[in-house]
Amino acid sequence: MSRIQSIFRPGYRVLIAYLTVGYPTLEKTIKSAVLLAKSGCDLIELGIPFSDPLADGATIQQASYQALKQGVTSQVCLEVAQEIKERIAKPLVFMGYYNPILNFGLEAFCRSANRAGVDGLIIPDLPPEEGGELESSMKKHGLDPIYLLSPNSSEERILLVTQRSRGFIYLVSLTGVTGARQNLPPGLESFVQRVRGKTELPLCVGFGIASPEQAGRVAGIADGVIIGSRLIQLIEEDNSLSSLEAFTRSLRETLDQCH
Amino acid sequence: MGENNRRLPNQRGYFGEFGGKFVPETLMPALGELEQEYLSACSDPAFERRFEQLCQQYVGRPTPMYPAEQLSAEMGGAVILLKREDLAHTGAHKINNALGQGLLAKRMGKTRIIAETGAGQHGVATATVCAMLSLQCIIYMGEDDIKRQSPNVLRMRLLGAEVRSVDSGSRTLKDAINEAIRDWVTNVETTYYLFGTVAGPHPYPMIVRDFQSVIGREAKTQIRTMYNRLPDYLVACVGGGSNAMGLFSPFYADKEVKFIGVEAAGAGLKSGQHAASLSAGRSGVLHGTRSYLLQDGNGQIVETHSIAPGLDYPGVGPEHSYYKDTGRASYVAVTDAEALDGFRLLCHTEGIIPALESAHAIYYGTRLAAGLSRDQLVVVNLSGRGDKDLDIVVKTMGMEI
Ligand SMILES: Cc1ncc(COP(=O)(O)O)c(C=O)c1O
Repeated sequence: MSRIQSIFRPGYRVLIAYLTVGYPTLEKTIKSAVLLAKSGCDLIELGIPFSDPLADGATIQQASYQALKQGVTSQVCLEVAQEIKERIAKPLVFMGYYNPILNFGLEAFCRSANRAGVDGLIIPDLPPEEGGELESSMKKHGLDPIYLLSPNSSEERILLVTQRSRGFIYLVSLTGVTGARQNLPPGLESFVQRVRGKTELPLCVGFGIASPEQAGRVAGIADGVIIGSRLIQLIEEDNSLSSLEAFTRSLRETLDQCH
Repeated sequence: MGENNRRLPNQRGYFGEFGGKFVPETLMPALGELEQEYLSACSDPAFERRFEQLCQQYVGRPTPMYPAEQLSAEMGGAVILLKREDLAHTGAHKINNALGQGLLAKRMGKTRIIAETGAGQHGVATATVCAMLSLQCIIYMGEDDIKRQSPNVLRMRLLGAEVRSVDSGSRTLKDAINEAIRDWVTNVETTYYLFGTVAGPHPYPMIVRDFQSVIGREAKTQIRTMYNRLPDYLVACVGGGSNAMGLFSPFYADKEVKFIGVEAAGAGLKSGQHAASLSAGRSGVLHGTRSYLLQDGNGQIVETHSIAPGLDYPGVGPEHSYYKDTGRASYVAVTDAEALDGFRLLCHTEGIIPALESAHAIYYGTRLAAGLSRDQLVVVNLSGRGDKDLDIVVKTMGMEI
C-alpha cells in the first residue's frame, strides 16, 4: 500500500489542501503547509506554477502568475517540498501542468520528487492516454499517478482512470475550472456512486469547495475533500494565517462528524 | 475532404512524435465525440456537397490563382503566383475552416459557439458563419489584439457576436485560447469550440487541415490547367499553420514540390522578440498538443512578438513540427521590417494590400523567386487582405492622415 493510500481509514474523512508554491512567498507556503498539517489536513498538494494554467480559475491563475514573477521554478518547488517534508509527517503530492515537468525531464523529475519526499503527481492536462511515459518513471521512483475524473466521464473512461490511478482518484465536482463556488452541482452524489461501483481506490472530490457545509456534503459520499482556491483567498485576506487555521479546524470538525 | 491526407495523424492523433490530446479529463469525452462526428460527416456525401456548395456560393470559391507579372518582373526570377485567399468572403482563408466546422457544430446539435482570435480574422469568419447558421457566438480576444485590430472587433459585433476581452498573460492569441478552453471546460455540454488553426488537441489539427486543404486542391488544379505541370515551390506564412497546411497537404506526395513555411521573426530571432516556434523553439506541450514551442529553460511559455497579430503565437501545429523534423518542409523567419517591405512591394507593384501575416510570405517568396530561373513557378499563399492592418502600418510608417 502506498503512503498516500495509508491515510485512508474506514469511517475517517481525509482533508486535502492545495497551495500554490511561492504564493504569496516561499516562506508563507512553508508556514501554511505546516499550519495546515497541524490543524487537521492529511495531505498537502503543492501547486507548481505554470504560465498557462488552463484548468484554473481566477484565484489560482493569479497566484501562479505572482509566484512565477518571483522566480518559482520546478527546482524551487522540489526544494520547498523537501523543507516541508522535514517539518511534517504527512504525504505530499505535486499538482502541476505537464510542460514544466516534461522540460525538466520525466525521469529526472520523478527521481528528484521522490528524494524530496513527494508521494504522487496530479497533472490536470495529462489524461491516461498521454501518461504512459511519465507513469513508468513514476513507478520506478515510488510516485503514485493520480488521474482525474469528471461528471461527464463515460463508463469506459472511468474504467481506464481507475485502472491507471494509485493512491486515490481525484473527482472533479463539476465541469469547469478551479475556484471557490457558492453551490455544488446537484448530480454530485450520483457521480461519486458511479465511480464507487468500479474501484476499491479512495475517492476524493475537489473543485469549487469553499465552506465547511459543502465539505460536509462531500464527506457524506466521498473519502476525502480537496480545497484549494478558498485557502489561497484566506492566505491573501489574512496575512497572520489565523483565518486559514480557524477555517481548517472547522473543516476538520465537520469531517469528523461524518461517520 | 481529406482523403489524400488520411495517412496521418494516427489513431492517437500523432504526426510522428507530435500531436496528441493533452487536455483536462472534462474535455476528453468532447474530443472523442467531435472526432466521431467529423469522421461520420466525412463519409456523408450530403455533408460534403453542402460544404462544397457553400464554398462556391457563399465564400466565392475557387479563389483565383493570379500570375503576378509585375511583381515577377520586378524580382527578375521565377514566376510568382498568388493564391488569392484574400478574395474569399470575409477577406482571409479562415472562412474555409469556420464554414466547415460551423456545419459540423450544426450537425452535432450544438447551439453555442466559442472561438479564439488573434488578428480577428478567425473571429470574423466564425461570427459570419454563426450569423448565417443562426448560432450563438462568443469570441475571445486578447486585450492588446482588440486595440490593434479594431476594425475586426467592430465587424464581429455587427455580425452579432459577443467579443470578450482577455487581459491575462500576454493579452494576445495564446491567452485568448486559454480563456476559450476554460469556457469550453465549463460549458462543454452545450458548446462547440470552433478552433481556428491546425494546432490544439486531436482531432483539431486534422479537421482544420482537411477543411483548409481546399486551398491546395484548387491550387493544384489551377496550376496544372495553366502550366500543365506542378509548381516548384509553395510558400505560406505560419502562425498556427492553417493556411500553410491547407496549401501544402494536397501536394504531400508530390516530392518535387518544395514547401516553405514563413514564421514571424519580429524584431529579429536574436532579440527574443519574435514568434518563430519552429525556427527557434523546442518540443513541448501547450494547448493540448505536443509540438515545437517557445519556452524558457523552466518550461514556462514565453511572451512572443510580431507586427502581425495572427502570427503572434508561441506554438505551432504538430503536423508542421513533423514536416520540419522529416524535412518535408523547411521553415524560415521574416522580421517585422521585412514584412513591411513585402507589404509595400505588393501594394505598389500589383495594387493588392495584403494582410501583415501574408506579407511575411510575400517577402520571402519574392526573395526566393529573385534567385530562381524564369521557368520556375513559386506559389505564394496570399492568406488575407490588409484592411484590418491599416492602423498598424500607418503608425509604423509614420504616415499622416
Ligand atoms: C490573414 C491571415 N493569415 C495567416 C494567419 C495565421 O494563421 P495560420 O497560420 O493558421 O494560417 C492569420 C491568423 O489570424 C490571418 O488572419
